[in-house]
Amino acid sequence: MGSVGERRSHESAVGHVSGKATYTDDQRPPIGMVSLYPVLSPHAHARITKIDVAAAYEVAGVVTVLTAEDVPGENDTGVIVRDEILLPTEEIHYWGQAVVWVVGETEDAAREGAARVIVEYEPLVPILSIREAIAADSFHVPLQVFRRGEAATALESADYSLSGEVEMNGQDHFYLETQASWVIPDTEGNYHVYASTQHPTETQVVVARVLGIATNQVIVTCLRMGGGFGGKESQANPYAALAAMAARKTGRPARVRLQRHHDMILTGKRHGFLGRYQVGFAADGKITALAVELYSDGGWSMDLSPPVLMRAMLHVDNAYYIPHIEVKGRIAKTNRVSNTAFRGFGGPQGMIVIEDIVDRIARTLNLPPHRVRERNFYHGSGETNTTHYGQEIFDNRIDRVWTEVKTNARFEERRQAIAEFNREHPYCKRGLAITPVKFGISFNKTQYNQAGALVLIYTDGSIQLNHGGTEMGQGLHTKMLQVAAKTLGVSIERFRVMPTSTDKVPNTSATAASSGSDLNGQAVKDACETLKSRLAIVAARMLNLDSPEAFVFEDDWIYCKTYPSYRLSFSEVAQQAYNERVSLAATGFYRTPNIYWDSKTAKGRPFYYFAFGAAVSEVEVDGFTGTFKLRQVDIVHDVGESLNPLVDQGQIEGAFVQGMGWLTMEELVWDPQGQLRTYAPSTYKIPTISEVPEHFQIHLLERAPQEGVIYGSKAVGEPPFMLAMSVREAIREAVAAFAHGQPVPYVPLAAPATPEATLWAIERVRAAASESVEQPLLTS
Amino acid sequence: MNLTLTINGEPVAVPNVSPTMTLLQYLRASGRVGTKEGCADGDCGACTVAVIGEGSDGKLHYQAMNSCIVPLVSMAEREIVTVEGVANGSLHPVQEAMVKTGGSQCGYCTPGFIMSLFAAYYDGTVDDLAVEGNLCRCTGYASIRRAAALVTGAAPVDAFSERLQHPLNPLPPLGLADRESPSEQPFYRPGALSEVLMLLQRYPEAMLVAGATDLGLELSHHRQQFPILISLEAVTDLRFIDRRHDAVEIGAAVPLSHIEDQLRGVFPSLDEMLHWFAARQVRNRATLGGNIGTASPIGDLPPVLLSLDATLRIAGPNGERQIPLCDFFKGYRQTDLQPGEVIVSVIIPTSPIPGSQRRLSQSYKVGKRGTDDISIVAAAFTIDLDADNRILHARLGYGGVAATPARARGVEDLLIGQPWNAATIELAKVALYDAFTPLTDLRGSAEYRKRLVVNLFEKFFVQHP
Repeated sequence: MGSVGERRSHESAVGHVSGKATYTDDQRPPIGMVSLYPVLSPHAHARITKIDVAAAYEVAGVVTVLTAEDVPGENDTGVIVRDEILLPTEEIHYWGQAVVWVVGETEDAAREGAARVIVEYEPLVPILSIREAIAADSFHVPLQVFRRGEAATALESADYSLSGEVEMNGQDHFYLETQASWVIPDTEGNYHVYASTQHPTETQVVVARVLGIATNQVIVTCLRMGGGFGGKESQANPYAALAAMAARKTGRPARVRLQRHHDMILTGKRHGFLGRYQVGFAADGKITALAVELYSDGGWSMDLSPPVLMRAMLHVDNAYYIPHIEVKGRIAKTNRVSNTAFRGFGGPQGMIVIEDIVDRIARTLNLPPHRVRERNFYHGSGETNTTHYGQEIFDNRIDRVWTEVKTNARFEERRQAIAEFNREHPYCKRGLAITPVKFGISFNKTQYNQAGALVLIYTDGSIQLNHGGTEMGQGLHTKMLQVAAKTLGVSIERFRVMPTSTDKVPNTSATAASSGSDLNGQAVKDACETLKSRLAIVAARMLNLDSPEAFVFEDDWIYCKTYPSYRLSFSEVAQQAYNERVSLAATGFYRTPNIYWDSKTAKGRPFYYFAFGAAVSEVEVDGFTGTFKLRQVDIVHDVGESLNPLVDQGQIEGAFVQGMGWLTMEELVWDPQGQLRTYAPSTYKIPTISEVPEHFQIHLLERAPQEGVIYGSKAVGEPPFMLAMSVREAIREAVAAFAHGQPVPYVPLAAPATPEATLWAIERVRAAASESVEQPLLTS
Repeated sequence: MNLTLTINGEPVAVPNVSPTMTLLQYLRASGRVGTKEGCADGDCGACTVAVIGEGSDGKLHYQAMNSCIVPLVSMAEREIVTVEGVANGSLHPVQEAMVKTGGSQCGYCTPGFIMSLFAAYYDGTVDDLAVEGNLCRCTGYASIRRAAALVTGAAPVDAFSERLQHPLNPLPPLGLADRESPSEQPFYRPGALSEVLMLLQRYPEAMLVAGATDLGLELSHHRQQFPILISLEAVTDLRFIDRRHDAVEIGAAVPLSHIEDQLRGVFPSLDEMLHWFAARQVRNRATLGGNIGTASPIGDLPPVLLSLDATLRIAGPNGERQIPLCDFFKGYRQTDLQPGEVIVSVIIPTSPIPGSQRRLSQSYKVGKRGTDDISIVAAAFTIDLDADNRILHARLGYGGVAATPARARGVEDLLIGQPWNAATIELAKVALYDAFTPLTDLRGSAEYRKRLVVNLFEKFFVQHP
């Protein structure tokens, strides 16, 4: 019953395995529900010259067609700025953009109707990459610059310096449940939206905006999601708005459920990035100065790109102290899907850049990469333990996780063994790498760092738990149950977690930024403590005692510390509270203290705390094909005092494999016309069980409570994603080994390191090795 | 048409089935929403259900399959289990294991995993292979692997295992009650080859289908209408494996999982390629004849069969004929198959050519992802060597490098008579680089494909010196 800290299974696990857990599109269809189907643009950039929907109505079962004229409110779903037109009338901004939606009695009828819609276009020249956007000066927001020290001067006086580029691809979320929204209108102008959304409040606001009605006329409920990963933070909104439009126009319940290929074509993805850098360093590998430019591919509209870029700029240091640094950031405006939140939210992209740089420094100096990483760690206190945005890393655990995972993985010993293996195997090489993660926890947007809860006790002692967070598989509801049960001193079985709904907890933040448990946990605890203090007064009266503050809630009993044998059951106290006309409902609220950000100076304390982790990965790379096998992974990760080690281990394993997919096999391919070519699992490959090594050891850092966070725990959703950088670096190590003992000063590797990209990297290494026999290694 | 089938032990009658409807669409429309649609592509496994079918051992088994690409009509008179039918009062052991190890997170893929684990549980071995066709985006699979470990090796005795003991034809012929003049209907599942040929004469526009792992995509994705489907699944003349002294003959409608089981060890290159061929849900349904008949340039098995000098037996209105596989592919998705004809079997010779002392044979498949991916390049090699280590016979089959699966004939000729050594390989490499002019596509560049054509052969040599 002290349920916090237990290895509890997911609260819906039985529902999951028996098929009874209900997702948005699994509900019993209400009578007369209509379905929507889109008409997609065949151009990446074009002017619309004609939209003729008449023929759609000739199809049996077509109810109506939604065009811009049907938007009663604002025809815009933008979340930071209004630049995201819902139903375009003039211009097409990306390949596959939906122009109109056909509403049918069935999805098939709507589909047939959509095939009859005539749209004519005048193609325009598209901007299809970050480089093209730079050349065309096509950006979303003004240049951002973060600075510490004097990067330019320090670069000039550096003992060594290098410059280069790092480019990385985006990533499709590939949540197993595609975007889905049902909208049920009532006869009085109100709408109940059931949406697979990470941000019910924002979905509510956007639906109200598009319908031109007040927010209080819209309820958004999220039952649960079949995966989110950031892809349903803002991207769920347009589909809820479209279903709401259909519901308004027809007066009938309406449903949007994207088919997989539509989901992959229409929705935003992880931002691809281009990093350009100049780095100065000393002979021991210590970085003395860094000037870096980060360009993200924002796509056609802004969406959440500014905070994504900001997080990249705030994480370009990863775990490394860089005394003089200048970080510039820009968001390219391109004719592609509008890229969005995805686990890590720009952090991974920033960190890939610095890991590339650190590796290059090591190879330039012919030092082991892990030594150079260690030498650059944040350490001590004050300046050397303070980030480029002025936040000191209190409770810095980089060294702890690093040292522990090195020991667990027998890093040094295996490094030797692998060197030996590589000497004996000319055609396949192994690589071993270790990388650190430091990840800041809190929303960059300060006002998002708040949460609410609503706890309802009934007279039989059963309880409904509401909070503002959504469940997408991360185990948030499970953890919230544990927090509530511990706080109220009752068994978890008393509770039912209610679907997240904006009429229960209003004005919520997105369940994102790994913050779900931190924020909602405190709000749940707050609500439970309010109820506890009320019940304690009732209990004290029942026992004729006068010190309610001395009451203990434990194992479903309530008693006074000093008279433990006089105890009352939780249920009888609940019933008595009702009898005494004491409220059994309470809200809870929380806001994260002590965080602030000065956007003028780009300094402050944007993060409440940092999460830490380190991973050691070993791969074997085939020199004939460029394919790799992940042989072994060891991880030490800091989750504070885990609320639920089973859930946390699952988060770490899942994040790691997702990160590995991003960096190795998940390749988004656009053709020269800007058409996405990889929009199905047959062409876009996420990892299967066979890519996961048998030896996959996760160790949660022990004795690591985090002060000021719910029951000493720490956020876990995003940070372990970046542990997968160790796979990329291990592949690089293996590629470098194809130089047959020759040191190679630079081993560039594409992200994702597909077999083809890896084969080309091997070829470059082989070529460089044969050249370097004649050339001196260092040009300082 | 009207059909009946058994779902979770209950007989179900479905009137007016459209031949376009997939099993998944029916399940969900009928309120059985535990089975999920993840891709409708046969690639993610979220829609996995188990169907009772005959295994390669002649016994009944639960076989996992992707319900999103199975035409509902093909389930007529068959018996399936969905996630709703697995718990029998209490959770099934595979469900309990998944709950215990945290094998579900968002839960959307979970019903599919449960059904794959369920099917494997009654086969006795629950390992990675059982779920390699199930995608999970949340767990990283480690917890699912731990669940599998809890239930593997059991010899379960329960209602589900008892069900498999009942002698019953799991795949009865269907739709030919009046053999002289069958009434027109959208779906036939004849029991004999002669009936297939007769139906083809009568309905030249009819489409032949076996496991529907390719055609199912047309239904599921493109909502394509087929006027008449003729299923080959129940045709006993097409479902045999005959091992003779000099050859193996495999019926065109034998599912790949049967070939995998029964011929293991006979052709190393076939074993290797079947290992990489899609995933279990697909191998349970896909057939050898289908993989050849679709004539995809990236089919996995044709390169292997080309390297093994396979011959096709073809039946048609004018009797039977045989054609070497290398002459069968005529162009992109075009074959020598004439209207009214059916591929009956594939004959693969087992002995090396006379005078050879040693046969080297292996196959390779390169994709972006090792498992369950469409190949960038597939290759299969057979080399027979004489007592002096000279090459007597060479077959180099490739997929993904031309409009059809193809042999590098010029290089084969060049190899004959040469010693099997590094110098010969260097010669071959030069010739192989220009043997094909592959295309650049989303899977890989033309240059990468050219390099793989060369490198895979060199790898073959390094592994078989």
